[in-house]
Amino acid sequence: MTPGKEEKTLAVTEGGGYLPGTHPDLPPPSSVHGPIHWIRVNLFGSVTDTALTLLAVYFLYSAITFLAGWMFINAAFTGESRNDCRAVADGACWAFIGNRLSLFIYGFYPEPERWRVDLSFVLLILAIVPVLYEDMPQRGKGLAYSCLYPLIAAWLLVGGFGLEKVSTDQFGGLMLNVVIGVTGIAFSLPIGIVLALGRQSQLPIVRILCVSFIEIIRGVPLITLLFVAAVMLSYFVPPGTDFDLLVRMLIMVTLFASGYMAEVIRGGLQAIPNGQYEAADAMGLKYWQSMRLVVLPQALKISIPGIVNTFIALYKDTTLVIVIGRLDILGIGNSSLADTKWQGLSTEVYIFVALFFFFSCFSMSRYSLWLEKKLHTGH
Amino acid sequence: MSGVANQASIKLVGIEPNFLLRLWRNKDTRSIILQILTMALLFAFLAYIINNAVLNLAVLGKTFSFDFLGFPASYDINQRLIEYTSQSTHFRAMLVGILNTALVAFFGIITATIVGFLFGIIRLSNNWIASHIVYCIIEFTRNIPVLLHILLIHGIIVHVLPSPRQAHTLADSIFLSNRGLTIPDPIFGEGFSFTVIAFFAAIGIIIGFARWARKVRDESGKIYPVFWISTGILFGLPFLVFLLSGSPLSWVVPELGRFNLKGGITMIPEFLALWLALSLYTSVFIAEIVRAGILAISKGQWEASQAVGLQRNRILQLVVIPQALRVIIPPLTSQYLNLTKNSSLAIAIGYMDIVATIGGISMMQTGKEMESMILVLSIYLCFSLVISAFMNWYNKRIKLVER
Amino acid sequence: MRIIISLFAAFFMASAANAGTLEDVKKRGVLNCIVNTGLPGFSYTDKTGRWKGFDADMCRSLAAAVVGDGEKVKFIPATGKTRFTLLNSKEGDVIFRNTTWTFVRDVDVKLTFLPTTYYDGQGFIIRKSKGVKSAKELDGATVCIQTGTTTELNLADFFRANKISYKPVPIESNEEARKNYLADRCDTYTTDASGLAATRATFDKPGDHMILPEIISKEPLGPVVRHGDDQWADIVRWTVYALIAAEQHGITAGNVDKMAMDKSNPNVSRMLGSEGNLGGMLGLDKEWAKRVIKAQGNYAEIFERNVGLKTPVGLSRGLNALYTKGGLQYSPPFR
Repeated sequence: MTPGKEEKTLAVTEGGGYLPGTHPDLPPPSSVHGPIHWIRVNLFGSVTDTALTLLAVYFLYSAITFLAGWMFINAAFTGESRNDCRAVADGACWAFIGNRLSLFIYGFYPEPERWRVDLSFVLLILAIVPVLYEDMPQRGKGLAYSCLYPLIAAWLLVGGFGLEKVSTDQFGGLMLNVVIGVTGIAFSLPIGIVLALGRQSQLPIVRILCVSFIEIIRGVPLITLLFVAAVMLSYFVPPGTDFDLLVRMLIMVTLFASGYMAEVIRGGLQAIPNGQYEAADAMGLKYWQSMRLVVLPQALKISIPGIVNTFIALYKDTTLVIVIGRLDILGIGNSSLADTKWQGLSTEVYIFVALFFFFSCFSMSRYSLWLEKKLHTGH
Repeated sequence: MSGVANQASIKLVGIEPNFLLRLWRNKDTRSIILQILTMALLFAFLAYIINNAVLNLAVLGKTFSFDFLGFPASYDINQRLIEYTSQSTHFRAMLVGILNTALVAFFGIITATIVGFLFGIIRLSNNWIASHIVYCIIEFTRNIPVLLHILLIHGIIVHVLPSPRQAHTLADSIFLSNRGLTIPDPIFGEGFSFTVIAFFAAIGIIIGFARWARKVRDESGKIYPVFWISTGILFGLPFLVFLLSGSPLSWVVPELGRFNLKGGITMIPEFLALWLALSLYTSVFIAEIVRAGILAISKGQWEASQAVGLQRNRILQLVVIPQALRVIIPPLTSQYLNLTKNSSLAIAIGYMDIVATIGGISMMQTGKEMESMILVLSIYLCFSLVISAFMNWYNKRIKLVER
Repeated sequence: MRIIISLFAAFFMASAANAGTLEDVKKRGVLNCIVNTGLPGFSYTDKTGRWKGFDADMCRSLAAAVVGDGEKVKFIPATGKTRFTLLNSKEGDVIFRNTTWTFVRDVDVKLTFLPTTYYDGQGFIIRKSKGVKSAKELDGATVCIQTGTTTELNLADFFRANKISYKPVPIESNEEARKNYLADRCDTYTTDASGLAATRATFDKPGDHMILPEIISKEPLGPVVRHGDDQWADIVRWTVYALIAAEQHGITAGNVDKMAMDKSNPNVSRMLGSEGNLGGMLGLDKEWAKRVIKAQGNYAEIFERNVGLKTPVGLSRGLNALYTKGGLQYSPPFR
């Protein structure tokens, strides 16, 4: 907001001379230009501003000296136990993180099979490209691959059909966060679309059902839904059916995400001008045709930033699986601390996980912001 | 959409479609058929899962009943707003949990709103350093899971603050230690009710004064310092009455016992951590909402206000924020809902909220998973409905101001 | 709907319509064992993610009996709160997670408790500098407890019976409790005495802390299985007894093959399958007990390796010595 910025104009005095600093051939004096002027206007503009600046500088100084000291200067980066760390320095003990890095990433996934996790990460990135990159050549084929990706990834990670089976209990660490986040978003997209359309439906019962489903899902915390997955869902399948906990969790997470997804897509649908609906009707398209060919492609395109934001939120929320005893990246850290050699290093674990989430979520949100701007100019 | 279908059916009339087909092709009857089908499917699904649940309970030899709510809970709760002992019932434990959730949500919403508005406004200020520091705080905070915030802040309170013996203290009556924040406990004497009456009277006077001042402003353009005068009345009048009625108030000052500070009111570290973490995490989202709301106000409003000679603070207060509120309130509501829902993470640090009482220990000790989860889910739904209803009411109210 | 669910089930795990747990485990080839998320000496993961500890070894012994290989175990970490639901939802076949046998859990929560593998009792640990000599002096103290366990109920009873007050701090895991105790968030931490010893062993200066003399409860810790599958319960029961009997007869992982050849002691011969077919009656093969002992050793070996006096945890056998040595561990006869 720059309401107070004065326009620089050439001011001429009545006598025909120039006001100080406004002569067209001379650079303006340093009092209205250059770093000193900038500092005066931007940092010490008024008493409140000055106080704010001093406070901010003090805050910055103490935060930086403290963090730099703890995280880098007094930190220990190598060692085989907490005592090794303490012997070298009394700051952070990063040796622990390095020591357990593969556990943080793969959880308990069997070591010789870990290439499958790496491969599915790489394939995941390839699957995201066609969704986000519009001008890709042969985008249709790319999108078909993106739709197939969840099946490919499930096969790679779980095994069977030629690959050695890996029990879903061995999923853990970062990999578990990604599996839950990606599955939640991938499956909630179609459900979200159906719910959003149902919410606008002219059939009252369908509309009421969709609205109540969305509102109930959005009205309860994810953690309670995870508890439902852990303790209640198995009551609802026929007696004697084994029902994998990870699958139960994925079902609840998907339902949770689709409640939010439906609202994002509803926003997209509402942004489509009425003329588009009417034009589709005028062309003689039936309801599903007009949705598939005219409305949804446009609505989904403008919903992408919202979908990315939903994903970021869901991805952050995947840390909650720790409350039902599943060991994600945070849970692995916590459970590793039970090893007598490394006890008492929880702050290091929290900071490491926090930084990891910061970098991944920050870059995703930057991307979504960029996309939003791009879409804005497009219209 | 169905006009097309009708046209298509006209062509087929010659073939004499059977009765059902005709029903299907009629727009109204088709919508009824579709809805009946939907209902039938829904009921079939519900019947199926309920049947399964009954069978499963029978296999495990369990029953479905809420009787356990009347049995003694036999565990203790560290923060209770109502009378509760280990002999109280599970139902009472649930009430304690509900109140604890409500408490942290209430305080969280208030601080998150204040801090969020402050952050949002500083973010837009001309002060480069301040606005960029706030920008960094916002980005760091919102890109880290709220669970980590809670764990980190709890860790800091418990590990960095001193034990009760070496507590930080203010005038030997307010203590801050790793057992929490302890403040003196007020004891109300006999005549204190007069002060309470005076307080409510002051509120009435303020409302009347504000109306009158607005009328004067609209008619003559004279502006009274409403805020300062109101504050003066709000505190001055009860204080005067308090003194006149003979200061009927005393304090129980906390003092060091063998293990803890004795007496006084203690906010336990779990409450503090949850409160601070939820406030911080939510406030940065509110800051962004406030920023977007203020930016949505057209530049012309600023320029017009400057033209009539208003200062920056007055422009914000009188012109921009009242208009921005209309943009701000709807997303603000969902932030309040998020905060309330996120308070369920209390379980990670052992704050005894709904999930920890009825959905945690009670469920665990009685083995009544289904009943407890149903209760927990419905309580959260009620919370959400109440907050939504209140915010909708407020939103309607400020919309009326629109002329 | 049924079709969809069965498809799911077929993809992720073989569906087993109401078969006994033994059949399920044999078909799966892996034992699903519910353990603590982290308790030093009892169940914790090392650098490579391998589960170690007293309870983890018990799981391996059972897997050796049923599946034939002590490494065919899937460990399912559970908090105090989630363990029974994991069992009831058939996530796990058995709980080896320092679980106390109580009336309500046995009768009302519908679980089947098997022989106690560790006789324990609830105690308190406190800093020596607090100058407390008895738990009865804890009036007004802040106490850390693990939620979802019997300890919080015992605690409420103890303080009520002694008419003194306390401030509970409910905590989810042992690691969290340890952190809070060391930071002096609570004056004392209460849990099973074995857990206290295991936790104290990990302190920088264990000597600064003492375990108070009062043991306020009985905590018989042992394996738990679902209600109603007697065959499976028998297998777990007799696997534990085989470990105890092996100690009594001096059978170890090292000499079990030799002992099986030597037919001088009919008790040993019957147990190890060189005489008769006890294993067949359980639904297993003759040599099941031999494999059990070979996998992780007998009861004494498992105890000493994980929590014994030579380990950092440093527990003496106490109540857990054989009945012949003044303890409570006793195996009914194998005949």
